[in-house]
Amino acid sequence: MATATEGTAESRGRWAAFVRWIDARLPVTEFWKSQLTEYYAPKNFNIWYYFGSLALLVLVLQIITGIFLTMNYKPSEAEAFGSIEYIMREVEWGWLIRYMHSTGASAFFIVVYLHMARALLYGSYKNPRELLWIIGMLIYVSLMAEAFFGYVLPWGNMSFWGAQVIVSLFGAIPAVGPDLVEWIRGDYSISDITLNRFFALHVAALPLVLILLVVVHLTALHEVGSNNPDGIEIKKHKDSKGKPLDGIPFHPYYTYKDLVGVGVFLIFFAIVIFFAPTLGGLFLEHPNFEPANPLNTPEHIAPVWYFTPYYAILRAVPDKLTGAVLMGAAVLLFFFLPWLDRSKVKSIRYRGWLFKLFLGAFIVAFIGLGYLGLQPAQGSYVIAARILGAVYFLFFLLMPWYTSVDKTKPVPDRVTYHA
Amino acid sequence: MRSSALVLFAVLLSGVVLASEGGGGEAWHGWRAGNDIANKTSLQRGARNFVNYCLGCHSLQYMRYNRVADDLGLTQEQVKSNLMFTGERPFDVMKSAMPTSDAETWFGRAPPDLSLTARAKGPDYLFQFLKTFYLDPDRPNGVNNLALENAAMPQVLADLQGTQKAVFVLEKKSDGNGEQMVRVFDHFEQVTPGRLSAAEFDEFVRDTVNFLDYVSEPIRAKRESLGLWVVLFLIVFTGFAWALKKEIWKDVH
Repeated sequence: MATATEGTAESRGRWAAFVRWIDARLPVTEFWKSQLTEYYAPKNFNIWYYFGSLALLVLVLQIITGIFLTMNYKPSEAEAFGSIEYIMREVEWGWLIRYMHSTGASAFFIVVYLHMARALLYGSYKNPRELLWIIGMLIYVSLMAEAFFGYVLPWGNMSFWGAQVIVSLFGAIPAVGPDLVEWIRGDYSISDITLNRFFALHVAALPLVLILLVVVHLTALHEVGSNNPDGIEIKKHKDSKGKPLDGIPFHPYYTYKDLVGVGVFLIFFAIVIFFAPTLGGLFLEHPNFEPANPLNTPEHIAPVWYFTPYYAILRAVPDKLTGAVLMGAAVLLFFFLPWLDRSKVKSIRYRGWLFKLFLGAFIVAFIGLGYLGLQPAQGSYVIAARILGAVYFLFFLLMPWYTSVDKTKPVPDRVTYHA
Repeated sequence: MRSSALVLFAVLLSGVVLASEGGGGEAWHGWRAGNDIANKTSLQRGARNFVNYCLGCHSLQYMRYNRVADDLGLTQEQVKSNLMFTGERPFDVMKSAMPTSDAETWFGRAPPDLSLTARAKGPDYLFQFLKTFYLDPDRPNGVNNLALENAAMPQVLADLQGTQKAVFVLEKKSDGNGEQMVRVFDHFEQVTPGRLSAAEFDEFVRDTVNFLDYVSEPIRAKRESLGLWVVLFLIVFTGFAWALKKEIWKDVH
């Protein structure tokens, strides 16, 4: 667009003619305006509002690095592990692409968890953003599947045994369980066939689903407009031209603000990639540097950190089926938040102490369960997981009660903003 | 329920503390390799040690001789005359000449490839493993190992370290099933001397472990030195982005 304002009158005229030619055939200018320069976002976004654009950045990074990894990765039992080492040692810059992808997986969950925490803090799932929230949850669930399939591909020993444990969970389903497990694996155990289909799902099926859902998520967002730390609808106060008084155009204001967020994020991202790519075994687990070996079970099998809160819930229950059901419920309950929350206000700024207490306890429980999921399932760890698991579920199940009796504060008419 | 959990937690914590103190015996668990992959002469000695003492049985299937030459500051000629003994070509990977089927007959299992062992188990583990062989007449090789109980590997470095006896003491240990007498390692006693002193042998093992640490991720040195510039660039970039944002947001009140 900058070129349009430079140069001679003649070249300006040519450019404008070219844009008119395009716009008559594809509404580029209209899209640019409606989605960026005339899409109004609340001016009072705080630090919590960086993580949506960062999630989009990580998605793009994962797709690009993933494409380059696919050029040298071999999805077969015999060659997978060796092909990763080939990428790490022989492919030009292969190590960097691989570390960006493996670190990107964890970074994706970090920004998505913070993005979700933001929604909890400011009630972003509440009317009129219920569908936006549900689409977001579908992205989260797809992301979990995508991460799980991707984790199997290096064919390290933890890849193999992790897949063994997770897939076998479906075996707990009455009647169809064992057949279902065989159907998922395509074999009697995790094998070459399983690796091949997980590869197909990881590089083709789920990326397509993710991209589609992200487009739908953004479409829904731009329809209802962003929430903000005050939980006020900025569309209630418009000027004579119909512009929200507390809104500013997304571009240039938030594009340039998000660029700062991108810079800060990339600093942390680069520190991990270049100085601690395994992050002490948290992002890349040590047993995964040994090739898959069906005869050698790792000392204790733990999924990567972003699944461990649910894994801790699974293991806290002695009965496998009940554990698996509770684990599924722990994820599914998020979908119902818009209807579980009965509060009249959205933002934590104007909620009472009851909600703050429950939300605080929930966040402690989520992080605590994440820690416990990395530890061996024994003794006091299991008891602690049961207590924190109960807190986790009570946050959702008691929500209709504590959000309706909680004493809320009066919500201001306009957003609070200090330049 | 809650108080019992707290008590259990406290008991568990105190157990961890006791275990880390080693219970009085020689704390071989706490031995650190203390290696440094930036030390090229150490890596060169380690490569020599590995080729002479390990490569007979253990391969490095992901490591090429010419990469070792490049990364360790050696010429192709130096590598040829010092590290390549069985007619390999410089671009070959470091494969043991021992056939797997023979290895299985001789040792019960094929010696593992060591390309990634330092990443999977850590350099400290390798350091402890190589130093804690002790005489054990019950084992087919006549030796056992503290770090890897009932290891199939013979004490290849006996000529350098000498042989040692492990002295165990019986200790009362209580677990969930009541008190039990457990055999706990106390200390080593040298039986026959080796060609190296204890300090020299530590250096020998440290160099060897250092080489294996390097082999497990040959790019590491370059990764870290490049990382510094990348992070510096990003800090400058973020500074400019922040200034730009401030300028653009000037009219928002």
